[in-house]
Amino acid sequence: MAVTEAPSRALAPEPERGRLLDWLKTTDHKKIGILYLISSFSFFAVGGVFALLMRTELAQPGTQIFQPHAYNQLFTLHGTLMIFLVIFPLLAGFGNYFVPLQIGALDMAFPRINALSFWLLPVGGLTILSGFFANGGAAAAGWTGYPPLSEQLGTGQDLWIAGLIIVGTASILGGINFIVTILRMRAPGMTMMRMPVFTWSILATSLLVILAAPVLTAGLVMLFADRRLGTVFFDPTQGGVVLLWQHVFWFFGHPEVYMLILGAWGVVTEIISVFSGKPIFSYRGVVLSFLLITALSFSVWAHHMFATGAVELPFFSVTTELISIPTGVLFFIWLGTLWKGKLRFEPPMLFALGFVAMFLIGGINGVWAASPAMDFAIHDTYWVVAHLHYVLFGGTIFGVFAGMYYWFPKMTGRMLSRKLGIWQFWLQLVGFNLTFFPMHILGLRGMPRRIADYAPDRGWSFLNLIATVGAFVIAIAMVIFFVNIFLTLRKPRSAPDDPWDANTLEWATTSPPPAHNFDSLPPIHSDRPVYDLRTARGEAGA
Amino acid sequence: MSAVAAPREQAPREMSGPVLGMVLFVASEAMFFAAFFGGYFTIKANAKEWPPAGIPHLEITIATILTVILVLSSAVIQLSLRSIKSGDTRRAKVFLAGTIALGIVFLLLQLYDYSQLGFGVKDGAFGTLFYVMTGIHMAHVLGGVVFLCLVFGQAMGGLLSPGNHDSLAAGAIYWDFVDVVWVLLFTTFYLLTPR
Repeated sequence: MAVTEAPSRALAPEPERGRLLDWLKTTDHKKIGILYLISSFSFFAVGGVFALLMRTELAQPGTQIFQPHAYNQLFTLHGTLMIFLVIFPLLAGFGNYFVPLQIGALDMAFPRINALSFWLLPVGGLTILSGFFANGGAAAAGWTGYPPLSEQLGTGQDLWIAGLIIVGTASILGGINFIVTILRMRAPGMTMMRMPVFTWSILATSLLVILAAPVLTAGLVMLFADRRLGTVFFDPTQGGVVLLWQHVFWFFGHPEVYMLILGAWGVVTEIISVFSGKPIFSYRGVVLSFLLITALSFSVWAHHMFATGAVELPFFSVTTELISIPTGVLFFIWLGTLWKGKLRFEPPMLFALGFVAMFLIGGINGVWAASPAMDFAIHDTYWVVAHLHYVLFGGTIFGVFAGMYYWFPKMTGRMLSRKLGIWQFWLQLVGFNLTFFPMHILGLRGMPRRIADYAPDRGWSFLNLIATVGAFVIAIAMVIFFVNIFLTLRKPRSAPDDPWDANTLEWATTSPPPAHNFDSLPPIHSDRPVYDLRTARGEAGA
Repeated sequence: MSAVAAPREQAPREMSGPVLGMVLFVASEAMFFAAFFGGYFTIKANAKEWPPAGIPHLEITIATILTVILVLSSAVIQLSLRSIKSGDTRRAKVFLAGTIALGIVFLLLQLYDYSQLGFGVKDGAFGTLFYVMTGIHMAHVLGGVVFLCLVFGQAMGGLLSPGNHDSLAAGAIYWDFVDVVWVLLFTTFYLLTPR
């Protein structure tokens, strides 16, 4: 893809193999960033097929293609892959490619550790998937792996534990690398308060990773010890505490939610500013919101446990409502940036606006669930499935596509097709709402999540059918995206260095950038150095 | 925003990248152990009696010796770091070797202690917590010993100098952390457990 080689070299006897080897042993943050994207979109395709299989099973009452145990494996691996091997690594891939460029650095602080933290990902992912070949099948206790179920299942559950420990280790190493890079490798003039908001979002994400991911690792070690070493962490008959897992898991799990969304906020904030032709309404407000959310996210974990009856309801309800305040501030900043802007509805902007609208719904239905009285009624129903997909798909995945259309020319030197992008956006928006909006109503009508079958007389059948149709519409949108990538990569490089009139440093170098990133850096006097450069040139020309 | 940035003015006083990386790694490790301590106190709070019936009283003598060994080793590695900063590489090597030796003695003595305790990892919640928590700590001591051996190899190869000893500085931070965790484990299991 982004290989900058003279044509004559391509005619040499063994170019393909040499090129492949280059990718396998690279420590260039840009190539590693692209590897992250390739790996993540591959797992995305696998997890997406799992989702389609689940929706096919649920299209009508009765068990058509999957027995319950097989269905349990599907939703467990769908959730696990999408969260740990798709959404987070997609944002980490953008971070790898663009954080060093945005701060004017040559590379990440520890390039070889960077390569390691990437390569651990496919290893961990394949370890989890290899459970399908194990006796008793793959992990089947849900992505949350609650005991006692997760202590009773077969070897697939051990492979799930091992895979997640590998992925967790990778993300901790990556987090350390990002923080050191951002704190130590900024170009002269790039003060903290001039860093692009996307870089800020990756810094906040990394803080969450290094402080929360090890807690999951600890929980997984406890679970594994219980399963294989005869310990009793989660066995109440022997003096253990079964709810301990939920505390440990969600102490990680809720900061995890913000690890999965902060990067997308960064992307979308930047894109809205560029395609409105205005500076961010309040740069400081964005940074402050990111940091407040980072801090508060450690105080909300037990809102996942209201229904256990074993947690302090008012405390966790209040902290959860509190964290929605800085999130609300972000919405006002996005609206303020759009207000009276010269809006350009290019694909990145469409996806960014789609993000704002869908994430708003995901925020509001989340605030509802933060009220214990409401939560007792909707806990573990399809309402929760609707909520989390409005946040993670309507939110992060829309943000990721915004980023893909925005940065693809920088990464490859080629513009993705605008026409296909617009088709993808509308199909994705319609398909997404067809799939997930009915789930709110299903939840209110009492349909529990994680069931392979339901009775025909519950009034759930029609809405499930609509959701299934929507899922296949999403699939068509995804096929359009992959076709767009495939067709675009076959075209010659023609993208200019700065096709969008953007603001941040990555647009000051060539598309794609040279191995050393910058031939020369523009002066940095604000958080929009490329805008400053453009206006200075305009004035000089006038 | 008006002031012109002077980004590298304080460079010499800043922590170097690798040392900062180790500080962040230790922060991460601290959360890892914190989860286990959280587990300990959750389980203890839910227990009717603590330690549960049937667990023999923990003999404190060897554990006290273990504590002394590890605290001593932390002092010794600081002496090594101080020596390298003042340019005395020979003394730095001696102190580093001393740290490694104390680490190995700690590991061997703890294994001996395990053989004397009279209960195992499968003996209920207390056995679970005691062996998993001290065992994970032990793995960290082992990891530290391996890391310091690599640093020692660098020192023998003449790669450490007053201006360039990030690996030793990082190793010392990690070693001190492992030491602090042991002190917390000792306090939790030996001093705070009713006898």
